[in-house]
Amino acid sequence: MITLKALYFLAGLMFAAFALLSARDARNPRRFANGAFWGLLATSFLLGDQLGDFGNGLLVIGIALIGGLGLLGQGQPLTTTEEERAAYAVRWGNRLFVPALVIPAFALAGTLLGKKLMLLGRPLLEAKQVTLISLGFGVLAALALAMWWLKPRPIVPLEEGRRIMDQVGWAAVLPQTLAALGAIFTAVGLGDWVGAIVGDWLPEASRLAAVAAYCIGMALFTMALGNAFAAFPVMTAAVGLPLVIRLHGGDPAVVAAIGMLAGFCGTLMTPMAANFNIVPAALLQLKDRLGVIKAQMPTALMLLVANILLMFWLGFR
Amino acid sequence: MKLRPNALFIVLLVILTAGVAGGLGLMGTIEKLGRSFNDSRYISVTWVVLPVIGLLERYGLKERAAAIILNLKAATTGRILLGYLAFRQITAALGLISIAGQAQTVRPIVAPMAEAASGSDDEAVREMVRAHAAATDNIGVFFGEDIFLAISSILLIRAFMAENGYDLEPIQLSIWAIPTAIAAFLIHGTRLMLLDRKLKR
Repeated sequence: MITLKALYFLAGLMFAAFALLSARDARNPRRFANGAFWGLLATSFLLGDQLGDFGNGLLVIGIALIGGLGLLGQGQPLTTTEEERAAYAVRWGNRLFVPALVIPAFALAGTLLGKKLMLLGRPLLEAKQVTLISLGFGVLAALALAMWWLKPRPIVPLEEGRRIMDQVGWAAVLPQTLAALGAIFTAVGLGDWVGAIVGDWLPEASRLAAVAAYCIGMALFTMALGNAFAAFPVMTAAVGLPLVIRLHGGDPAVVAAIGMLAGFCGTLMTPMAANFNIVPAALLQLKDRLGVIKAQMPTALMLLVANILLMFWLGFR
Repeated sequence: MKLRPNALFIVLLVILTAGVAGGLGLMGTIEKLGRSFNDSRYISVTWVVLPVIGLLERYGLKERAAAIILNLKAATTGRILLGYLAFRQITAALGLISIAGQAQTVRPIVAPMAEAASGSDDEAVREMVRAHAAATDNIGVFFGEDIFLAISSILLIRAFMAENGYDLEPIQLSIWAIPTAIAAFLIHGTRLMLLDRKLKR
């Protein structure tokens, strides 16, 4: 059976190639820092399951020190100029979209059909991860097609991939590091503590005030943790269940569903949700790392108000 | 060598302090950090799309995306992003979240199209348009995915509510995600139309 491990192996090989190409990139004065950074990430993907928890912890500290102390430089792989790209765009036309669309086509087909694929009476793909695994196959298929049409030197895709990867830089590992922060917060019981404080504050709130406290609490706690999934159990146990559902008689399905969505409004407003807010800013080369959050803020605030009103109107019928 | 600490360094410090202050001990904290990082590799694995995207960029993918838009008179930044918002919400509601994304579609296709349609050469304006392209992707996914029955947030809500004595069917939860999905489309869609007005001036 093909599992997520195969995709980790593929990613590990890619990061290892980025590391080697970075280390010999004479045009980057920080080339060894880049080499070490991507090399450690490659180690995590290739050998993470063999290193043990403590070994992985030291590895993460190494990654976070190299990336976090601003030691990374920008790799300078040779690429095409703007003029060359404009000329290529005319020459290749809409064919350029085809490999880009092969990736989602595989992800789509995998999601719909992947669980049904069998080999010798056993499922071919790990059922829980069919979409990500199909995405990996999509990448390989797209790469094969693009190489066949465009006929670049074999090293080119790795060099071009490294060009974008270095533009993202340390932000690339921030989401995973923040996931670890969330795990630490849970382990030390931060949630129960916040829940107890919020719960003590709001004993006799009116129906609208209880709904507003729950939704705003979900958004704020999500902003602090960067993840609505972590905020949901805490705020629902502290406010949603005792006040909105039990005291005021709210419909549990409506309250829980909209409560989670109020948390998503918080996700749009916090740099802690790095993979949605900070990584894209790096990927799109925005000078303002908070640019994406600023674009989302008005929608998030209006939608938070909308969620409060929707829960108030729909939750008590 | 000059050190410039950034958010990644601060997160590392907070992890170590919170863990030690919370009673996990230094060893325990490092182990917890390592285990969690290793378990969440699936978050970073999607970077495997970069070699394909980089290769296509080298041969003019962004330029081609922009050229298509310049040939369409009716295309405006707001309309392109409105269409993408609808596409993302509908496909996410069907569970098809990984078919698009910031690295796969926003950077190489949607952002260049939205920028070209803005008709502006001002870098500050173009950055703002790119930020809106990324924002539209997030908003579309967040307020579409909860309509899909098997999404992880629905499973989490269901498990938590069951523990507390409320047995909810996934369909009940996904139905009550629809009003917010509509509100998100109306609110963000209106903002995108107003963005067009702002760009015209």
